[in-house]
Amino acid sequence: MSDPAATTPLPGDRPGQTPAGQQAGTARPFPAAGNITDAEREELRRHGILMTSLEELYGWGRSNSIWPLQFGLACCAIEMIAAATARFDIARFGAEIFRPSPRQADLMIVSGTVTKKMAPQVVRLWNQMPEPKYCIAMGACAISGGPFKQGYNVLKGIDRFIPVDIYIPGCPPRPEALLNGLIQLQAKIKGEKLTGPDAARFTRPEEPSEFPIPEYGAHDLVPPKNTAVWSPPSAPGKA
Amino acid sequence: MSCSDQTGLDAELLAFGRQSGPTVRAVHDQFHGDLLEVSMGPQHPSTHGVFRMVATLDGEQIVKLKPVFGYLHRNHEKIAENTTYLGSMPYTDRLDYLCSMTTNWAYALAVEKLSGQAVPDRAQYLRIIMGELTRLVNHSCLVGFLFNDLGTSFTPLLYAFREREKILDLFESLSGSRMMCNYQRFGGCRVDPSPAWLAAARALVDNFPRFLDEYERMLTGNEIMLARTQGVGRLDPAHAVNAGLTGPVLRASGVDYDIRKVDGYGFYPRFDFRVPLGAHGDTYDRYMMRILEMRESVKILQQAFKDLPAGPIMDPKAKIRGFRPKPGEAYGRIEGPKGELGFYLISDGSPNPYRYRVRPPSLINLTLLEEMCLGHTIADSVVILGSIDIVLGEVDR
Amino acid sequence: METIEQIRDRLVARFPAARVELVTNPGPAAEHSLLLDAAHAHDLAVFLRDDPALRLDYCSNVTGVDWPDKEITDVTKTTVPDPAGGQPKIVEQKTTRLQPGCLEVVYHLYSMALKHGPVIIRLRTANRSDQVTLPSLTPVWRACDFQEREVYDLYGIVFSRHPDLRRILMWDEFKDHPMRKDYVEPDDYEWEPTAHGAVAEKHKAHLPPPAATPEAKP
Repeated sequence: MSDPAATTPLPGDRPGQTPAGQQAGTARPFPAAGNITDAEREELRRHGILMTSLEELYGWGRSNSIWPLQFGLACCAIEMIAAATARFDIARFGAEIFRPSPRQADLMIVSGTVTKKMAPQVVRLWNQMPEPKYCIAMGACAISGGPFKQGYNVLKGIDRFIPVDIYIPGCPPRPEALLNGLIQLQAKIKGEKLTGPDAARFTRPEEPSEFPIPEYGAHDLVPPKNTAVWSPPSAPGKA
Repeated sequence: MSCSDQTGLDAELLAFGRQSGPTVRAVHDQFHGDLLEVSMGPQHPSTHGVFRMVATLDGEQIVKLKPVFGYLHRNHEKIAENTTYLGSMPYTDRLDYLCSMTTNWAYALAVEKLSGQAVPDRAQYLRIIMGELTRLVNHSCLVGFLFNDLGTSFTPLLYAFREREKILDLFESLSGSRMMCNYQRFGGCRVDPSPAWLAAARALVDNFPRFLDEYERMLTGNEIMLARTQGVGRLDPAHAVNAGLTGPVLRASGVDYDIRKVDGYGFYPRFDFRVPLGAHGDTYDRYMMRILEMRESVKILQQAFKDLPAGPIMDPKAKIRGFRPKPGEAYGRIEGPKGELGFYLISDGSPNPYRYRVRPPSLINLTLLEEMCLGHTIADSVVILGSIDIVLGEVDR
Repeated sequence: METIEQIRDRLVARFPAARVELVTNPGPAAEHSLLLDAAHAHDLAVFLRDDPALRLDYCSNVTGVDWPDKEITDVTKTTVPDPAGGQPKIVEQKTTRLQPGCLEVVYHLYSMALKHGPVIIRLRTANRSDQVTLPSLTPVWRACDFQEREVYDLYGIVFSRHPDLRRILMWDEFKDHPMRKDYVEPDDYEWEPTAHGAVAEKHKAHLPPPAATPEAKP
């Protein structure tokens, strides 16, 4: 079977240019996934040629094998464990390997209330995770303090100290909601760019991947929030 | 160990309580030589939540063990002082989040004692049904988690969660939520189960002994399990009584104290069930307690379904809006799946309680953790902790 | 089991120097308790534990309670004769006095041997500020260990002769005693889009100031 790429110009080729796949001194680089439509790619796939970009392949591989950290704080942890059991089966999404060590994990599902006593430990664990890493705030308590918002020992949301990618509301969210959040995270990872102005956070060395750990103060954590990561929501101004 | 060495070691541990410093460090003790101090937790695969144990090891053997908690202290008691009595009911779901129905019941019992509220017959039977179903959930999941700690890595837990999902489906169709049921009210229950629900629950309960047989066939005679749990973590009955331990942990040491029999709250005196007692007080006995109690719970449930009377589920004179109990205090307790769960309430006549206190069985059952672990290896301490059955929501409140 | 009055009488007979008062519980539960004085609390507790008729070997629950200082207004009415010879006037005089508050510890005791209970005992501190020491009953019932630590952590009652008195739920550097009625929590709230209840009160401090309304109408 002749190699169509050798003689027939491909639909994406511009006239007068070397067809793709040919090695030449002035060969134009392998076309990025953006230069070809999905229909054309599908056509190629039916002929047995897979076209992809490194970015896509990388994203596909990473999103389908996210390893969460075994990190359950409170009631949401039980629903997280239930999501890992046979009925809801997080293993179908590639995420059933819950790593006990943060060094081997790339997703931290903060499931449950983060108290001020626990907050330095959470930030320390986040710092110990290698990039690329993601955080899901599962449950109302991790998002904003939840039903325990009036607590003196309750941190009003883990996003005060670390950047959160996906928020899953619920008290506790059903295991299906956690799977929905995981699917959205997978879509987010798949869409991450490795180069360019809107490249993912972990590719940029100037973006911090470790965050300062709060200390225990006399009345509260010191500092009570990390202003580089979080600023309070602003009320809509009165028009 | 001489007195000054003890204070020196204690001072060092106190210094370690400041959350900074390494998780593993060497400690010198002039009698034992170099010891290793390991901080297990608060993030650890087997500490059942955010619980931390600071263990001082001589090789692999535990020389000292100090538990540290408070990582889930959510100020439940303070919030309850600013909330009405009924407003605290959803918070009780989140105390012991595996057993929300029984925690609701303990709170409702305390408030009914405080206000002198009566409960109709059908509601009493429904409470017993929900309570015993919760006991089945808790004990089967506990056995699953215990075997997780032993290293079977998830398989018994998958079986336990399969049954738990069936029971949670029942809870969800009845009360609207899988875990946080918020089902009991002061003077009865919130929702009356339909005949279809009762039939489904009855079928589940009738099938449960088959699951227990399958579970036991898998686990009870297993020689690795026997080698790792028999003789491990012995608990002396006199110490257990003095340390306030309750529940299956206490009964595994041979002390006959089951609040369902002693206080006879609800309609438990009408039911025919036995209270299993252990002979050795080790981890194996604590495991067998849970299995035997599950079988007794099935018996109670079958009797309850048979005798469930018709009638209202809520006392018609119960005051839901503007509930202000008279000034006074009351302590209501039940035999929860983990031990004695009690609520102590002081009322000053206002809609909010003046003092709201939860007596947490998980916290008090941890009092003798060090005594049970001394002399065993660090791997055994994980198994012993698993057999005590703690839930951090209850320990820290 | 004997009634609480009988227990009180036996305690007073056995320890004549001790002050044991009956605190009645007005509500329907009718769980009356005994207020013990701090100096003899340990001996009284040992008696309650070892007495063959009571055998209260199980301390179920240890609770701290905060009774803040209360301002009491006394109204005295005096009849003043009218110098003009008419009706005597009734003059009301209001005096306020400060009833000092205290911190209190309540112990619920049961017997596992004889399967009865509860017997409730209370200990009160002299005031809420500097005299907050009470004897620990941990040497009598080991069950009080963690619970007294919690009362120390959250209320500030110092238990003497407790084997390991340090904070249990809050971190060691924490300075306040949060369950006291006059505790002010740190303001780490923010504006909430859907605040309600107690949180709504706290988020009001973070609302933006209202923009100046334009005066003239176009």
